[in-house]
Amino acid sequence: MLFKMAWRNIWRNRRRTFITAASILFAVLFASFMDSLQRGAWDNMINNVVNYYFGYVQVHQDGYWEEQSIDKAFPLADSLEQVGAVEGVEAVLPRLESFALAAAGETTSGVLVAGILPDVENRMTDLENRLVEGEYLTEGDEAVLVASGVAEKLGLALGDTLVLISQGYRGVNAAGKYPIRGIAKFGSPDLNKQMVYLPLQAAQYFYGAPGLATSLALKLGGQEDIKPVVAALRTQLDTSAYEVMDWEELLPDLVQARELDTAGNVIVYFILYMIIAFGIFGTILMMSKEREYEFGVLISIGLQRWQLALSVWIEVILLGVLGAVSGILLSMPIVCYFKVNPIRFGGEMASSLEKFGFEPIFPATFDLQIFLTQALYVFILTAVLALYPIFKIRKLQPVQAMRG
Amino acid sequence: MAVITTKGVEKVYNPDKIPVKALKGVDLEIEAGEFTAIVGPSGSGKTTLLNIIGGLDRPTAGYVEVGGEDISQMSDNVLIDFRKQHIGFVFQAYNLIPVLTARENVEFVMLLQNRSKTERHARADELLKAVGLEDKVHKRPAELSGGQQQRVAVARALAPKPTFILADEPTANLDSESTANLLDIMARLNQEEGVTFVFSTHDQRVIDRARRVVTLVDGRVDEDLRR
Repeated sequence: MLFKMAWRNIWRNRRRTFITAASILFAVLFASFMDSLQRGAWDNMINNVVNYYFGYVQVHQDGYWEEQSIDKAFPLADSLEQVGAVEGVEAVLPRLESFALAAAGETTSGVLVAGILPDVENRMTDLENRLVEGEYLTEGDEAVLVASGVAEKLGLALGDTLVLISQGYRGVNAAGKYPIRGIAKFGSPDLNKQMVYLPLQAAQYFYGAPGLATSLALKLGGQEDIKPVVAALRTQLDTSAYEVMDWEELLPDLVQARELDTAGNVIVYFILYMIIAFGIFGTILMMSKEREYEFGVLISIGLQRWQLALSVWIEVILLGVLGAVSGILLSMPIVCYFKVNPIRFGGEMASSLEKFGFEPIFPATFDLQIFLTQALYVFILTAVLALYPIFKIRKLQPVQAMRG
Repeated sequence: MAVITTKGVEKVYNPDKIPVKALKGVDLEIEAGEFTAIVGPSGSGKTTLLNIIGGLDRPTAGYVEVGGEDISQMSDNVLIDFRKQHIGFVFQAYNLIPVLTARENVEFVMLLQNRSKTERHARADELLKAVGLEDKVHKRPAELSGGQQQRVAVARALAPKPTFILADEPTANLDSESTANLLDIMARLNQEEGVTFVFSTHDQRVIDRARRVVTLVDGRVDEDLRR
């Protein structure tokens, strides 16, 4: 009966109920959409950076990531087999990476030269599919695959020659010229403006580091494999010689930027829900005042205060649930639409996003957790606000209440 | 046997600021089956006395016994349960629960008493028939006239089979026909089922039908007339 009363009471003042529920609905819709879009943009960026190059886990010689020096290269044969045997590791991508100066004519640019095993690399990073021109590398090639940003900056086209100059392993001079076999475009602007790929053997020759690699990037079954794989490798490998790092350790700036961005949104949500809270509180205030007389009658005829308080609490919660559920139901198809059809920025907006390292594509993430979190916020909010009439009912004197 | 006993009941409002003595020592005994009207001019203390007898307010001095139990000393929660079991209320402004139908309103207190659904339905239908509203069981208060609402309120008050019914100016908002109708019903219930009624009223039509008239003047019993 208490639930029935609460439900029917909601509809006593339909207009007020609709307005209150609508304000909750739009808050949930706005917050869910914003959160989905934000997470989508970050997931996309992390996917671009992690899946398309870094891998979820990397193994290096101890201290390599701090110094990023080719002198910290290690012999490949020693560790490859052991790492590949760990459960959850689907592929091991050996790389020899170092920075170099790329030149074409009178233009130069700093680039990251990555020596890769083309077939193995392709299994994780799907590099071949990123080609916009030319062909993919093969193992014995003496050619390079460059990122479109590099080619653009140096004014190079397919078949042109790229000159690379660097310092090789233990100080040897590294210099070479390579025809451009292919041009690839990456989602991550950072990768796009600095990547140059060489087959591993050619890179080892270029850097004077035969049989060496600076990193092993690992392709895993999924994100859930990161922790067990890292734990297993840290047990199995000699940690005084090797370091095992997951992507969050490899890219702390990215993690920090995401945390900062998310924290900023928390403030926006807080302000949004504060505004909504005032709206709901207004409704509760009016409802409590209008029904003081009725509350007095109910207590007079034998309804215990806690029963009355429970009925009013259910009423306020139902109002919140009504708004939140409608908000979720409305936001789901919208979020779904933007997951399938991401927002693509162009022009100046795209350039500014790229300057900050963002791909100008914002796909929404469809995650039930996002909607449930918003529903939980509304539930907590209404549950707290519903304490007001409970407090009033606790103090209510039926005679005074019925006197009006 | 006295159903209600008041002894030296006093009520002072605003005792700390400007004290107003609403009741100045009321001694009263109401027997089972009485049909009593408490009358008097405005400000004489009728409603205050009714509120104190009904356990809605507490006396400043004196005590009230209902069925031999001193309700003046009961805690708030115990008093609410006591009212639910022993006292039926009919208010001036009907005071039905607007979101419930006539039958649900009548069933409400029985529901609080944890009576079975079958018993509640049967009792509610029986009472609504007794007050001539058997065809209005599914109507909400807003769909009923003032007289009909007051008859539902009487049915609600009777539903839990209380020791007595307190009615505060029950006819104040009713037209002549509705008043006569309501009084007929209450008189019949009093005579046929022995229900004790205590009214506070200004209405001569109610006073004329009462078998006992207690007149209050300035917070004291001025006259106690039995017919």
